[in-house]
Amino acid sequence: MKLLTVIVLLPLAGFLLNGLLGRRLGRTFVSIVGCGLPILAFLATLKAVLLLQAAGPDAALLEVAYRWASFGDQGFDVAFYFDRLTAVMTLIITGVGSLIHVYSTGYMKDDPGYARYFAYLNLFLFFMLTLVLGRSLLVCFVGWEGVGLASYLLIGFWFEDPAKAAAGKKAFITNRVGDAGFLLGLFLLYWALGTVNMDEINAAFAAPVAPAVSASLVGVLLFIGATGKSAQIPLHVWLPDAMAGPTPVSALIHAATMVTAGVYLVARLHGIYEHAPEASQVVAVIGVLTAFFAATIALVQTDIKKVLAYSTVSQLGLMFLALGVGAYGVAVFHVYTHAFFKACLFLGAGSVIHALGGEQDIRKMGGLWRRIPLTFGTFAVATAAIAGIPPLAGFFSKDEILWFALASQHGGSAALWVLGSAASLLTSFYMFRLLWLTFLTPSRMSHDTEHHVHESPFSMTGVLIVLAALSAIGGFFELPHFLEPLLPIPAVAGSLEHYEHTFVFVAVAVALLGLAAATFMYRRGLARGEALAARFPRLHRILGGKYYIDELYEAVLYRPLHWVSDRVFLGLGDRLLIDGSLHGLAALTRRASGRLSRVQTGQLQWYVAMAVIGVVGCLVWVWRHG
Amino acid sequence: MADTQLLLGLSFVLFALGLVGVMVRRNALVMLMCMELMLNAVILALVTFSLETATLSGAVLVFLIFVVAAAEIAIAIPIVLQLSRQRSSLDVEGYDRLQG
Repeated sequence: MKLLTVIVLLPLAGFLLNGLLGRRLGRTFVSIVGCGLPILAFLATLKAVLLLQAAGPDAALLEVAYRWASFGDQGFDVAFYFDRLTAVMTLIITGVGSLIHVYSTGYMKDDPGYARYFAYLNLFLFFMLTLVLGRSLLVCFVGWEGVGLASYLLIGFWFEDPAKAAAGKKAFITNRVGDAGFLLGLFLLYWALGTVNMDEINAAFAAPVAPAVSASLVGVLLFIGATGKSAQIPLHVWLPDAMAGPTPVSALIHAATMVTAGVYLVARLHGIYEHAPEASQVVAVIGVLTAFFAATIALVQTDIKKVLAYSTVSQLGLMFLALGVGAYGVAVFHVYTHAFFKACLFLGAGSVIHALGGEQDIRKMGGLWRRIPLTFGTFAVATAAIAGIPPLAGFFSKDEILWFALASQHGGSAALWVLGSAASLLTSFYMFRLLWLTFLTPSRMSHDTEHHVHESPFSMTGVLIVLAALSAIGGFFELPHFLEPLLPIPAVAGSLEHYEHTFVFVAVAVALLGLAAATFMYRRGLARGEALAARFPRLHRILGGKYYIDELYEAVLYRPLHWVSDRVFLGLGDRLLIDGSLHGLAALTRRASGRLSRVQTGQLQWYVAMAVIGVVGCLVWVWRHG
Repeated sequence: MADTQLLLGLSFVLFALGLVGVMVRRNALVMLMCMELMLNAVILALVTFSLETATLSGAVLVFLIFVVAAAEIAIAIPIVLQLSRQRSSLDVEGYDRLQG
C-alpha cells in the first residue's frame, strides 16, 4: 500500500465528500468526515514515522504516485518524499490540524456554511500535505498555490461582508508577488541542474563541482516566495488582514501551518543557502527586522486577533533569523513549538470571542479569568510559552535562535542578537499585556455582554487543554538534535563557546523583564498605558497606523497602476483603439449596405428583369469567348 | 428540315411570350402560367433536338423538367394562396415588404 499517497489523499476525500454531499447529509456526517479523515491521516503519518525510524537517522521513504509529464528521457513525477524534516512537518499539520478540526465542530456549530467550512479546511490540509511531502519543487509549488487558494477561500469565508472578501483578495494578490520569485527560482534551478527534486538539488550544491548557477540568486528568489507565504517584510501586509476569517482558520492556516511553509522551503533547500552567504544574510536581516517591527506594532493593537497576528509575523521573523544564520533545525524547532502555543492562543482567543458573543476589542474585556477559567488557564500557559518563560516550549526554541543569531559562524552577529532580543522582550511585553487586559484586570465589559459570558463546550476546551499541555512540555523534545542528520547545526564562534549558559540567563531575564513591565503597566487597567500613549502621541500614531505600509503601497503601487489602467489601457487602448476600430467598421458596413439595399425593391418584375439581364449577359459573354 | 425549324421557331415564340408575360403582367397566377409556358417552350425545343439528332438524352431530360415543374407548382400555388389570403389581392406590386 502506498502509505504517503494515502496520507495526502485522505483529506482530499474529505473535501470531496463534504463539498459534494455535505449539505444533503447533515452536520453529523460532515463532522465525522471532516474530523475523522484528518485523524486517520495523522495515524497514517505515525505509521510512516515508525517505518522511517526503523530505517535509520538519515533515511527517507520515497513513493512515486504517478508520472506527471514526460519528454524525451526526462520527466516530472508526482513523488512523495518522507524524511525526518517531512515527518515533523506532517505530524504538526495532521496533528494540530485534527485538533483544530475538532475545535471547529464547537466553534462553527451554528454557522449555515458548516459543510463548506469543513470542505475548505480539508482541502487546505490536502494542499499543505502536498506541499511538505512533494519531492520535487514542482509538486511543492502545486501545494504552495493550493494552500494560497484554501487560505483565500477561508479568509473570505463570510464573503457577504465586503471587507472580509477584500481581505481574502489582498492575501491572494500579495502572495502572487512572492510566487513570481518562487517560480523564477524554480526555472533557474531546472535550467541549471535539469532537476527539480529537492534532495537532488541539495546534493548538486554539495557536490565538489559547483553548479553553473549563482546559489545566492536562486536563494534570494526562493526567499522572495517565502516572504510572500510567510508574511515577511515587505510582503507581510496580508497576514493581519487575514484575521477576517473564522478564528480556527487563523489558528490553523495563519499561525500553525501555512505561514511556516516559507520556513519549510528554506530549511528543505538548505543545501542552496549553505553555499549562499549573501542570500543567508538577506534572510537573516529581513527576518530580524520583521520580528522587531511586527512586535512594535503588536504593542498598540487593541483587537485580540490582531495582536496575535502581529505576534505571528514577529515569530516567523525569528524563524527566518534562525534560517539566515544556518540554524535550520532550530528554525524548524521554533515552527514546531510555535504551532502548539500559537494555535492554543488563537483557539483561546476564539473561545473568548465565542464567550463574549463576537467582541474582539481587548479594551472592552477584562476580569474574564473567573468566568471562563479553562480558557484562561490554557491561554496563560501559551502566553508564558511564547514569552519564553522556562521551562515551557517557547523558551527552548527561542533561546536557541537567539544564541545562534549571536554565535553562529554562518553569519551570526551582535546586531542580529540585539534586535532579536529586543523583539523577544517586546513579545513578552505585549503578550502579557494581552493576558492582563483580557483576563485579569477589572471588567470593562458592558453589562449586557457580561451577563452572557459562558465557558465554551468541551469540544473546544478539550482541544485547548491538549495544546496547552503540548506548549508546556513540547520543548523537551530535542528537535534540532533529531534533525541533525539532515539539517546541520552551524559551528559556534570560538570566542563565545563558553558563554552559552550565560546567554540562557539573559534570555530568561529578557522574558521576565517583559512580564514585569506588562504587569506594571496594565495591572490596574488601561490608565497607565493610555497615559504613556498620550505622552508620545506621534509614536503611538505611527505604531497604530502600522508604519503606514498599506498607505505607502497604495500611493506607490496602487494609484499609478490604477491611473495607467484607467487612462492608458482603458481610455486609449480599449475605448479608442479597439472600440474605435470596431465601431468604425460597423458604421462603414451600415452605410455601404444602406446604399446596396436600394436594389432590393421588393418588386418581383424588377427581379425577373435583373435575372433576364444577367442570363443574357452570360450568354453574350459565352458567345464572345466561346 | 423545315419541320425542325418550324418547331424551334414555335418554341422560341412560346418562350418569348412566357418571358414577356412574367415581366409585364401583375397577376401572380398569370405569372405562374407564363412560367409554365416557358418551361413548355424549353420542352418543345428539347424534343425537337432529340428527334433531330436521334438521341434519347433530350427526351429523358423532359421527364426531369416535368418533375421539377410539378414540384414547383405544388409549392408555388400554396404560396400564392397564402399571399392572396393576407392581402386579398393577386397583384405582385403589393408584395414588397422585403424591400431594403
